[in-house]
Amino acid sequence: MTVQELTERLGLSVCSGSEGLGREIKGGYTSDLLSDVMGHAKEGDVWVTLQTHKNIMAIASLKDLAAIVLVKGRVPEEDTAAESEEEGIPILSAKEETFEITGRLYEALKAEQTV
Amino acid sequence: MEFSYHIEGGDFSKAGLASSEVKKILKQLNVSASVIKRVVVALYEAEVNVVAHAYEGDVRVDIAPERVVVVVEDRGPGIPDIPLAMQEGYSTASAAVREMGFGAGMGLPNMRKNSDELNIESEVGKGTKVTMLTRFNP
Repeated sequence: MTVQELTERLGLSVCSGSEGLGREIKGGYTSDLLSDVMGHAKEGDVWVTLQTHKNIMAIASLKDLAAIVLVKGRVPEEDTAAESEEEGIPILSAKEETFEITGRLYEALKAEQTV
Repeated sequence: MEFSYHIEGGDFSKAGLASSEVKKILKQLNVSASVIKRVVVALYEAEVNVVAHAYEGDVRVDIAPERVVVVVEDRGPGIPDIPLAMQEGYSTASAAVREMGFGAGMGLPNMRKNSDELNIESEVGKGTKVTMLTRFNP
């Protein structure tokens, strides 16, 4: 499934990095601890978090994540969005809170047998 | 081949710049993706430690055909008890830093896991020097 397809299926809004909507999703990871994501997320994962500062892009870029999903309608800070544009890694926003959007993401990926 | 980068303490917006540069360089040198990941994860954690705890620091990256050595040396408070600091979950990060999602006590453990040799020298009140060696063909 591509980031674009996920965005449509889960009704997410695209905050930045739309150039990367064609990126292929291989899995997902949910955590707000940056070192945990650094240590355990895998290439091609969609990362669900409530953090909006610029370091989330450093992690997404270093780990080659497919996209970041912010919860509870949060949006990236200005410099975070700029970095997302530059790297071509989309930042998406979900209305739902972490538990719910992670569940929906898991269901969507499971249906595609990617997790 | 040698490269160096400066890190300012407290400036989280720039944490990850050295890692990002080193990632590009290793990619150009056709180092395998799995090795690049280990090197940049370890270096990113070291960068964040300097930003979160020290006044300033310098990164030196030395690339040879068979391995990369990364040295991160800071001027800062130092680490009084290194074995304790190495324990997963132990952190002295401030509340503000934790709120940003740092300070989970996983930085040094991540550095150990993602390098073949990790050496930490520290003097309280002066600073800390971290040396990490990663081989290209483990």
